[in-house]
Parts: sequence; structure tokens; C-alpha cells
Amino acid sequence: MPSIAKPIAVHPSLHKNALGLTVRDYEGAMSTLCAGCGHDSVTAAIIRALWELSTPPHMLAKMSGIGCSSKTPTYFVSGAHGFNSAHGRMAPIATGANAANRELTYIGISGDGDSLSIGLGHMCHAIRRNVKMLYIIENNGVYGLTKGQFSASADVGSKSKRGEPNRMAPIDSVSLGLSLGATFIARSFSGDKEQLVPILKAGLAHRGFAIVDVISPCVTFNDHVGSTKSYLHTRKHTRRVTESDFVPPATEILATIGQTGTTTVTMHDGSVVRFTGVPKDYDPTNRQRVTSYLQEHQGQGEVVTGLLYLDESVPDLHELSNSPDGALSKIPYEKLCPGAAELAKLQEEYR
Amino acid sequence: MHQLLRTRVNDFAVKLANVNGTGSASANGLLMQAIFRMGIPVSGKNLFPSNIQGLPTWYEIRVNKDGHTARALDYDLMVAMNSQTYARDVCEVREGGYLLYDSSWPLDRSLIRDDVTYLGVPLAQMCNDHFKDPRERILLKNIAYAGAMIAAIDVDMEIVTQLLDEKFSKKKALRESNLTALKLGYDYAKNNFRCPLPFYLEKMDTASDKILIDGNTATALGCLYAGATVAAWYPITPSTSVMDAFRGFCDQYRRDPETGKNNCLIIQAEDELSAIGMVIGASWNGARSFTSTSGPGISLMGELLGLAYYAEIPAVIMDIQRVGPSTGMPTRTQQGDIMACAYASHGDTKHILLFPSNPAECFEFAVKSFDLAERFQTPVFMLSDLDIGMNDWVVPRLTWDDAYRPDRGRVLDLAEIEQLSKFLRYTNEDENHIACRTLPGVHSKGAFFTRGSGHNKLGAYTEMPDEYQDVVERLLRKHKASAKFVPAPVIQKHKGARVGIVTLGGCDPAVREAIELLPQKGIEADFMRIRGFPFDVDVEEFLNAHDVNFIVEQNRDAQLCSLLTLETGVAKSKLRSVLAFGGFPLSAKNVIDGIFEHEDINLGELRDAIHR
Repeated sequence: MPSIAKPIAVHPSLHKNALGLTVRDYEGAMSTLCAGCGHDSVTAAIIRALWELSTPPHMLAKMSGIGCSSKTPTYFVSGAHGFNSAHGRMAPIATGANAANRELTYIGISGDGDSLSIGLGHMCHAIRRNVKMLYIIENNGVYGLTKGQFSASADVGSKSKRGEPNRMAPIDSVSLGLSLGATFIARSFSGDKEQLVPILKAGLAHRGFAIVDVISPCVTFNDHVGSTKSYLHTRKHTRRVTESDFVPPATEILATIGQTGTTTVTMHDGSVVRFTGVPKDYDPTNRQRVTSYLQEHQGQGEVVTGLLYLDESVPDLHELSNSPDGALSKIPYEKLCPGAAELAKLQEEYR
Repeated sequence: MHQLLRTRVNDFAVKLANVNGTGSASANGLLMQAIFRMGIPVSGKNLFPSNIQGLPTWYEIRVNKDGHTARALDYDLMVAMNSQTYARDVCEVREGGYLLYDSSWPLDRSLIRDDVTYLGVPLAQMCNDHFKDPRERILLKNIAYAGAMIAAIDVDMEIVTQLLDEKFSKKKALRESNLTALKLGYDYAKNNFRCPLPFYLEKMDTASDKILIDGNTATALGCLYAGATVAAWYPITPSTSVMDAFRGFCDQYRRDPETGKNNCLIIQAEDELSAIGMVIGASWNGARSFTSTSGPGISLMGELLGLAYYAEIPAVIMDIQRVGPSTGMPTRTQQGDIMACAYASHGDTKHILLFPSNPAECFEFAVKSFDLAERFQTPVFMLSDLDIGMNDWVVPRLTWDDAYRPDRGRVLDLAEIEQLSKFLRYTNEDENHIACRTLPGVHSKGAFFTRGSGHNKLGAYTEMPDEYQDVVERLLRKHKASAKFVPAPVIQKHKGARVGIVTLGGCDPAVREAIELLPQKGIEADFMRIRGFPFDVDVEEFLNAHDVNFIVEQNRDAQLCSLLTLETGVAKSKLRSVLAFGGFPLSAKNVIDGIFEHEDINLGELRDAIHR
């Protein structure tokens, strides 16, 4: 994402996607975040993922709460409606929006303050409802807009800019998601676009609620020595436990199936996630195995990244509610109102 | 005494004192419905505790041939079935009245009043003799006292039998045991008392075009007819039955016959913050969406109501008010959320409020709420209350105009968006200061960024004073413009009256009755029932046209009066409050006593002026 305004000139050699759009058509307004902010890298990965998936811009809804991360929906896909709502309340608003129109693609952008403190309850319940959306937590362990307070994701011992160590245990969205029955859980690093883009694509194709926690260092308030969410610390301690590849529905995938060390999961829409380089004791479709693996490795101070858990068998909010295939908001009124004759009839019960 | 014992037909009140969780509600409901079917104006007020089993609960039935069915405060007949409250219940019987009790046990002699006639019916004993199952014995004791009452006040037995037939059409055994119990009480009363009592029922024909319905059911029906497709809520007394009823109606009317899919989505949220968030999200996305809640929920929703107001997103909130502050008394009624709703949320906010007075208006105003919310792109509150919402009211049959189409407001469609060079969210306002909105999923040219942060009229982020003010000043003009669209006040004038009585919501029947009784005390008063906020000019004109206006409402802090003071130019000295806020429905006596408490106002002088 550019942090300076660039003219909208499209180089003829720029690739076009299936809709005939270039990656520039998925850009948004100029970022107002600090230079070097991890969030801008996440934005760039989102742009890439949406372009590669050929998502029609107007069929995307960008939802966010309040905070540095929540500002970023302005910085991608200006052809999509965006909703920068209230602190912590993105999940309910996205749930309502999704309830009204399931035909759109929903991306929620949140931060660790938004999702793990003020909006924690809402996120938990959106997980339970399995609302079909990609829910990104841009996790930097710190409150940026209010200048450097610890967030609930700060690790024990991680030091603030003033040198104070955090003494309270962190809330880890990945462990939380696993315990709540989340159906898609990933963690990545803003500096690892190669890993992040396929994860985002898989999250967008997921049947239900896809949590992607992205460690996204705050260059201004949490990138110092002693912070466990700095660029340096994250790079040093990251363990890419899974490599995943997203294969859209129309693509030939036979060649990849059956390779050694490969797990494939067919998504609800027919696309495929192909896991490679997965350790022997790890199975991204087995909740218990994932939980114990993560507890072990996170306990050693490692930042375990990749698409960590995936379950395509769980119905989403609409499937659970037996909603129509199309948008509720588009049902003609005539189908919704029982009419005068029926009103007269039903009132016989109130005699 | 002679006067008191004079025969009265279709003009008396009965109170039934019960223990909750013992099945008294069905017996009381049966009596109420039977009287309704006899065509007599009747009301039933359920005064129930916030409890599942074991606490006192009362049911009051008032019949009045002239249609005055507000709560009565003295009772011709007390059915005293609760020993915990007996001492208190006996005091509420009017002089010369009757008390029916279970004579299976002796009465406490110290609680016997000389001016009350005691009707002992061995209810428990009879039920024990006739029924084996302990639970059945308890439940049917209620039906047995209903039987005694049927004899005592001459309820039409044929109608009662018919009701039992309807109720137990699929449960023959229950029908038989109920009929047996009914007959036990009935026969005992007939054989032992002079039936009917000096007050009794006679069939009338005032109810053939009426129904018996509670406000929450009618509200849900309004939401169904308005075309609401997304509902989000958190369970809270006394609003829960709105969503229960909506779910029931949706099961009946919203299952697509071809696909079997549900043309609605009801979400039980994790809290009220979330419930209103879902409503806002769904409305932003073009669905008609609502929540039902009560005071504590309104408090929690405050934050997001400001977002919807500022970002101009429709939302419909059914607030079924109960007694506050805090948890307050969840099963008692009040009109305590007027100010909290009018200015809900931080910063400068003003909302549209509708005040239905009975279930028929709940139905009508529920539909109206959606039209106003979408037209004005803003939250709309319908302020019902426990009395309206949870009690059965006799109201005219609900009607529907099949020509009705939802007012979706200024929403640009695909063709309109395509013609634009650029969509700017808060520009191009109409005569009501409403701008156009676009829905997601239509065209990328219609895309904009909805935000609760400072924005200018283009919809872009701003921190500039003039750009900010430009937007919020238009919001104020828009709110003012909505005054012409909320339901107009109901006004009834009497020639020469210099006193106005102003009220809202469920106070309506009590105030109307008071207005008819006041001339006996030498006061002619005009009547105004306010039905919406913001107030239109007719409200102010009414207030100005009277020397003094008594504002009758059910809260401690005179909230309607405060709102009138703030939002009209009427001199404060013209407004006097009459307040009843203990949590029970209003009676005419509350109104009249409240007026005469204002001793500094020379009502006599006002009266003289009329007669001069």
C-alpha cells in the first residue's frame, strides 16, 4: 500500500485477473499509518489475495471496529462498501450485515485491542455462530492510537517502550479459537507475504468464520528491544509449522494429491487447500493434535505460523438457520407480508 | 350500606390473589376471555413477580359497560388464594364487598372485617377428594375457584365450556378434569351462596369487532407485516415475548412453500450491544431489521445508537419499558425510558420516538417504525411497556391495506448509481434534509465508507470544525423535519376548558376516565395524548392554549414533561406533573388525586371562569 499518493496510471504490462482488473483496481486511499507499520503489509496482502481471487470489488464488504488496524479498510478496494464501526463492535455489525446479505464477501479487520479486549465477547460469539467471513486480527500487542498501552495479547515479560514488563498472561486468539470450536484458524506475520496471501485466500473461501491472527509489529510503540511483538523478535521466533497453498475451484489439482507430506482439504466452494511441509505429529484437521502441538511450541516462546486448523464440515450461520440461498434483503416484499385476508383469519385466535 | 349494595351490572372489579407457578394464570385467563366473549368491555392486569414459583401474584379483572377499563383500585370481589398476602388483600376489598377464600382451612379471625362478606369454598378439600395426582390437585384448585366465580358473577357457562373445548380439543382427559373442577366450584357456590352477587355480568355487544391481544404479540405481528427479515435480541423481561411471537409468526408465514427455507433470520445475541450491532449491520445492508429490549438493554445499546444516528443507518428498537433504574423491578411497568431514548448515546443525538397506547397501536406503530427508520435513515424507538406488552387488551380488530408498500427511503438503485459521476454520501439532501444512500453489492460506483468518526458531507474523514458542523446541523434539521411524519397527537377538546391533560402510552384509558369524572369535581379538561417525538406544532399549540396542563406519566422524574420543556417553547409554569411510578398500571384515581395535589393551582378559579 502506498503511503504517498500515486497517480492512477496503469502500466500496460500489469497483469489482469479473470475480471480484467489489475491489482491497482483493488487499492484504496492513501494510508495514514506510520511508515513501516505492519498493517500496511497486511493491506497489501489483502489486495493481492482479492485480486488473485478475482473478487468483484462491489461484492466485497469491508468491516472494522476502531483502532489503527480498523482504519485500514479505507486503504484497499475503494470500489467496495466499508464500515468503520465502533470499538470492539465489528463482529456483531458484520454478523448483521452477513445475515441480511449472504451473497457478499466479508472481510473484517480488527486489532488485538478491538478483538481481545473490548470486543472479546463479540468475537467469541461470532466464532460460535460460524459467520462466514474472513476475520483478520492485526496483532501488535499494543494500543497505538492511545500511545502505547499494553493490549491483552502482550506476552508475559514483554517490555513496554518505557521499559515496564507486562505481568499478565496474554489472551491468545489461536488457542481461544481452538477452544471455542473455530473452524479456520491461522497465524501469520505481516512480513511474510508469501505465507499470508494463500492463507487469506483460503480464509475467504472458507465455509464459515476464518480467523487470521497476523503478528503486525507497531513500529512506533512496540518495536523496541524487550518487546515480543517486534519485527526482530517475530522473525527470530517464528516457526512456520504449515505451508499452505490455495487452489481455486477451476484449477487442476490432481497432480498435487498424494504427494508425500501433503494434506489436502476441499473447501465448501470446491477449492482446495494443500498443506505441505507439515511436521509428522501435526494434522491441521485434528483439533486435539493442533492444540497440544501449539501448547508445546508456544510454551517454548515460538510464534507458530501457518494455517493451523481447518474444518470445512461445520455449517455457517445461514445453514444453521435454514436461510434461503440468496440475500434476505432481496426477497420481494410480497413474499414477506401475509396480507389482509390472512390477518383477518389469524385474528380468530385472539377472540 | 344501602348504596353499596345496590345491584350493579357490568360495572365492578375483581382481584385474584395467587401464588405464582401454581397454574392460576390459565384459570384467570379463562375468566377474562369468557367475559370478553360475552361482549362486555373488560381488562385483565397481571401483576406478577420476577420469579418462577412461590411468590405472590395478582390478577385484576375490571368490567365496565362504559368502556372504562383502566386499573381499578378497590375491588368488589377478592379471590384470596394466597395466605402470604391475605392480610393485605383483605384490606383492598371495598366496603360492602366480598371475599372468596379456600375454607378447607379456618380463616384467621383477626383478619375478618365486618363490612366484607366472606364466601368460603372448600377448594383444596374438594379437589383432594376428586383428583389423585398432587400436581393436578394444585392446578385444578384454580379452575375450581373459577367455577365458583362463574356462579358468583354470572359468567356465561356455555361460553366457558366452549373455551375449554377449544383449549383442550386435542386433550380430552384434561378437558374432562377441568370441567369436573369447574363444576365443583360452580355447584358449591350455587348451593351455598345467593348467586349471583349484587354485581354481575350480562351479555353485551361491544366486542364483536374486537380482539383480545397483548402488545408484544401485536408488535411482533407489525414487524412481520412490515417485512422485517433480520431480528436480533437478547432475552429480557418484559420484551422477550415480542421475539417469541415473531418467531412463531415466522414459523407460520415465512417458510418458503417451495424451498422450505426461512425468509427471516432471528439471532439471539450475546448481549444488547451485539443485538443492536446486528440490527445496524443488517439495516446498512438493506434488510428491515429490529431488536426488542427493555431499559437495561437501551443503556447497553447507547454506544451504537449514536453510530447509527451519526452514520445515518436505519434501526428499529422495540423498547418494552419496565421499572428502573438498574435492574429495577423487571415485572413492573413504567414509562422510564423516555429521556434515555430521546437522547440515547453520547454527544449530540436526538431520536425519533413512537408511543403506542395499546396493542392495536403497537401493530400500527411497529410498521410505522420501519418506514420512519428507513426514510429518515436513523434509529426509531417504539416505546411500549410491560402493561401494554404483556397484558391482554381488548382492541379493535387489526386491519391491513394490501396496497401498503414499505417506504425504503432514498436508496439509489443500480440505474441511478450508474448515472452518477461520483457518489457522495451526505450530499444532495431533499426537503426533509435526507441524503441518498447506497447498498453494498450493487455497483462499485456506489461504494462509500460508513464511519462513526468525524466526517464531512462527502462522507470523508474530517476533523475540521466547519465540515463537522455542516453534517450535524443537517442531522438536527432532519430530526426536526421528522415531526411531520410521526403519528399526530390525539386531541379531544371540551368547550371552554382551560385545563389540559396531556399523557402518553398506556396511561390513555385511565386519563380518559379521569377526564369524564373531573366534571363532577367541577373541572372540564381537554385531552391530548402524544404519540411521537419530535413534537410537531400541534403539541405546542395545545399546551399554549391552556392555562395549565397536567402532564400525566409513569415515572418519577416527569420525563415527558421535561422533554416538552426542552423541545417546545411552552412556559414551564404552564406544565404540571401528575406522576404514578410504583410499577402497577395507572388508574383514574391516580390521575385525579395527582391533579388535586397541586394545591397552589386554583382549580376553583379555573372552574369559575368556565361557568361565568
